[in-house]
Amino acid sequence: MMMGGMETSTARRTLSASARLLGRLRLDGLLLGGLIAIAVFGLLVLYSASAQNLAFARGQFLRLGLGLFVLVMLAQVHPKYLRMFAPWIYVGGVLLLLIVALVGDVGKGAQRWLDLGFIRFQPSELMKLAVPMMCAWYLHDRPLPPNLFSQLALAGLILIPVALIAEQPDLGTALLIGASGVFVILLAGLRLRVIFTLVPLLVGLAWVGWHFLHDYQRRRVLTFLNPENDPLGAGYHIIQSQIAIGSGGVFGKGYMNGSQGQLEFLPERTTDFIFAVIGEEFGLLGLLVLLGAYLFVIGRGLYLALECQDTFARLVAGSVSLTFFVYVFINAGMVSGLVPVVGVPLPLVSYGGTSMVTLMAGFGILMSLHSHRKLVGS
Amino acid sequence: MVSSVRIKDHHSEQRMFLNRSIAAGALMLTLMLALAVKLFQLQVLRHDHYAELSQGNRVRVEPVPPNRGLIVDRNGVVLAENLPAFQLELTSEQVPDVDAALAGLVNLQLIQEAEIPDIKRLVRSRRSFEGVPIRLRLTDEEVARFAVHRHEFQGIDIRTRLTRHYPLGDVAVHALGYVAAISEQDLTRIDESEYAGTTLIGKIGLEYAYEKELHGDPGFRQVLVNAQGRPVELASQADAGLSSRNAVGGNDLVLSLDVNVQRVAEEALKGLRGAIVAIDPTNGDIIAFVSTPGFDPNPFGRGLSSAEYSALQDNIDRPLFNRALRGVYPPGSTIKPVVALAALENQTVDPDQVRYCRGFFTLPGSRHRYRDWRPEGHGNMNMQEALAQSCDTYFYAVAHALGVDKLSEMLGRFGLGRPTGIDIGGEKAGLLPSREWKQRAFSRPADRVWFPGDTVNISIGQGYMLTTPLQLAHMAATISRRGKSYVPRLVTAVRDPRTGVTRRLPPQTNGDVNGISPGRWDRAINGMIGVTSPPRGTARGSAAGAPYKIAGKTGTAQVFSVGQTEKYDEKTIEERLRDHALFVAFAPADAPRIALSVLVENGRSGSGTAAPVARKVMDAYLLPEGPEE
Repeated sequence: MMMGGMETSTARRTLSASARLLGRLRLDGLLLGGLIAIAVFGLLVLYSASAQNLAFARGQFLRLGLGLFVLVMLAQVHPKYLRMFAPWIYVGGVLLLLIVALVGDVGKGAQRWLDLGFIRFQPSELMKLAVPMMCAWYLHDRPLPPNLFSQLALAGLILIPVALIAEQPDLGTALLIGASGVFVILLAGLRLRVIFTLVPLLVGLAWVGWHFLHDYQRRRVLTFLNPENDPLGAGYHIIQSQIAIGSGGVFGKGYMNGSQGQLEFLPERTTDFIFAVIGEEFGLLGLLVLLGAYLFVIGRGLYLALECQDTFARLVAGSVSLTFFVYVFINAGMVSGLVPVVGVPLPLVSYGGTSMVTLMAGFGILMSLHSHRKLVGS
Repeated sequence: MVSSVRIKDHHSEQRMFLNRSIAAGALMLTLMLALAVKLFQLQVLRHDHYAELSQGNRVRVEPVPPNRGLIVDRNGVVLAENLPAFQLELTSEQVPDVDAALAGLVNLQLIQEAEIPDIKRLVRSRRSFEGVPIRLRLTDEEVARFAVHRHEFQGIDIRTRLTRHYPLGDVAVHALGYVAAISEQDLTRIDESEYAGTTLIGKIGLEYAYEKELHGDPGFRQVLVNAQGRPVELASQADAGLSSRNAVGGNDLVLSLDVNVQRVAEEALKGLRGAIVAIDPTNGDIIAFVSTPGFDPNPFGRGLSSAEYSALQDNIDRPLFNRALRGVYPPGSTIKPVVALAALENQTVDPDQVRYCRGFFTLPGSRHRYRDWRPEGHGNMNMQEALAQSCDTYFYAVAHALGVDKLSEMLGRFGLGRPTGIDIGGEKAGLLPSREWKQRAFSRPADRVWFPGDTVNISIGQGYMLTTPLQLAHMAATISRRGKSYVPRLVTAVRDPRTGVTRRLPPQTNGDVNGISPGRWDRAINGMIGVTSPPRGTARGSAAGAPYKIAGKTGTAQVFSVGQTEKYDEKTIEERLRDHALFVAFAPADAPRIALSVLVENGRSGSGTAAPVARKVMDAYLLPEGPEE
């Protein structure tokens, strides 16, 4: 009994010590735990998907480290500075996008990269955070819900970078950034009647926008509607990923045993289509657990946003969480054939540097916004 | 400030945020549920289907390449078709060691050591499950040689594919162009999925320009493959959900070319370097399109060895060079009818006034002599006689009186100095000098000034002026129709091989030359008829005995200019520095059906070399049964 009590209190002490440490570092334990759990799982899957190539896992591990470092650093920055710099980051980002449009490197048929000599950098990644911060900055001092003028100004603030990025062409990222800005407006309390007017309007715009899409983007949409139509081109991805997921069944074929992935039938299996590798090797159960973990992270993020006490903090935190959901849903949806293929990585799992760091930076900001709040009335 | 100032209400904001978050949460849960349902459908309900596709036997999609469209002449004679041939294909995901395999093929003398880097680049640029052709058109002996060693080359196989064949060999090659293996560079401008399974692509000429029409749409078939990637046949194949789609062949091209005329024209230039373009002036249809020497396009589809290619490339006669389309030459006197029209239109010349030609012309205040081609001079000349005998001094004076601006403007209206718009690419624009052009083209201020002597040089198609044989034929066609102008074209119709439906392409007009009175056209055209008529027409010999009336104009273009005191001595000049011979003509003069230009490089004289060639071409077209006796 004595011993047991001792152990319990030691455990409690350790726990409260680490809680204190997290608190001092202005981090949220539950959110951080969720993020790390998903990322570690991602590393394991990546090792399998890359045909046991340790270089992939090692590279991704280093990026995860860098991402966590950025997260911890940003969590220390006081929100008032974040708010102060939001417009500057936004303006700088738009300028960088313009530079990319003029002189950027072309990779895979799209012009996204800015070569700074020592590092290649995608300004669109910066905009993933700059756009919601800018929108929240704009709304911070204004009465909510936003009036018509504010709505139009916000629409402009969102559309400029979105148009520049869609033109690169990077439809997936443009979509995500547009969503992150729209979420700020929705959370700020856009009136329902405005929403109900805008939705049909957007459908009309989509119809018009169709004519401005690049050929390959149109083909993706058409292939989404009927992948079997184009099994040599765009449909190949979806057909192979559906075979991978479907053949995984309830329990999966087992870690490193997915034939679609291991025998390289599945294209882009370490990047955009890694969700299918999980489906093949871990089955429906594995996918549901992973989606559950994502929902936990999103839910925790929203909860922290609710606890924030000023407009800027609430809106940015809420937008970061909801955008994260869009990531997950669009990637999982496209890989399983529920939504069109729009080149969005599976957050924290897909191989690739910038997206991991940007996501972690977003959550770092979220934690800063939450942990620096004034504890009034509690 | 307006009266209704709204105050920030933090409590209501927070409530709003909570409401919206709850709504967002509900929406997210709904979407996740939809995703879960989709996953349930894939992984539970249709699991057996997908498991069958993935486990043991796997589905592979094999492309079925479309048949390339045929190319036929105006009478249906086939100029380009498809024939089956054997080729060696490598599927990289099935080859354990690509380097070793390629080295083995070198040992069997099926590929060459030097080709390996290109082959490897091509293999890398295609998807790993696609067969990449590494050697086209194997001979029977080579097929046998590979078959003996086939077991040593996993992932490499002989396939029968359709390849391009030009049954008439080098006939019309500069119009047709050729196809060759798809290169890395081609891949950047095509949709790869459209070319899955296709190995050849148009590189130049019609094959390139009409690639979209000729290519067609590929089909596909799903095949089951075993663990080694070899296709297997299963009894249950029908219910495995395999699908296929037939390829849709490319469209056939119907050309305006008349192979009979084309052959006569090529024969007439045999052994010479030159070009002929013959156009139907009533619609722009090109009847013959010749650039000699030509070459056989067939080996390109097979894949030329680098030795074969450099033999063509380094040949001093430049057989790959499309002289009709891309060769630029001084037009010489062939443009004099247009110079005459320019002066008539601007009323700076009285066509009936007689001028005396003493063999040279000097500008006022200058002693520089602009020589006539006839050193002793032509004597008294009016416009009609000056055109017929191609008197240079007459036109020197006329052009000087007219001035460069109006001269250049009129030559431009006949399409000189810009591409004609023919339906194959790569056309040269030539050079139509003008005051503005000279201002732009030179950097030294002293060179940028337009001198009166420059105008004098243009009047006989020399100096800076450059034209293509195609432009000259187009100019002749425009003159023959008194200003009516059509874009020259090679393709008149596109035929869908499945339905047999032929889509005729309407002739395109090309900026008519309007506003010139019939009397002035008569002056120019009668002058051209004088060229082919006795007593003194420069081309009267070539036109003798023709049962139809020819209007023409000879031209001789200097390859370099002769010094002032130097005597022009043909014998000492190396053959390649001899004058180019030119002739433009149309016939019958009163109801033109053919307009053409003939260029013979270093042919010395338009009347002696080019005009007889033109006569043969016109006879072949206008008198298909042979000249009446």
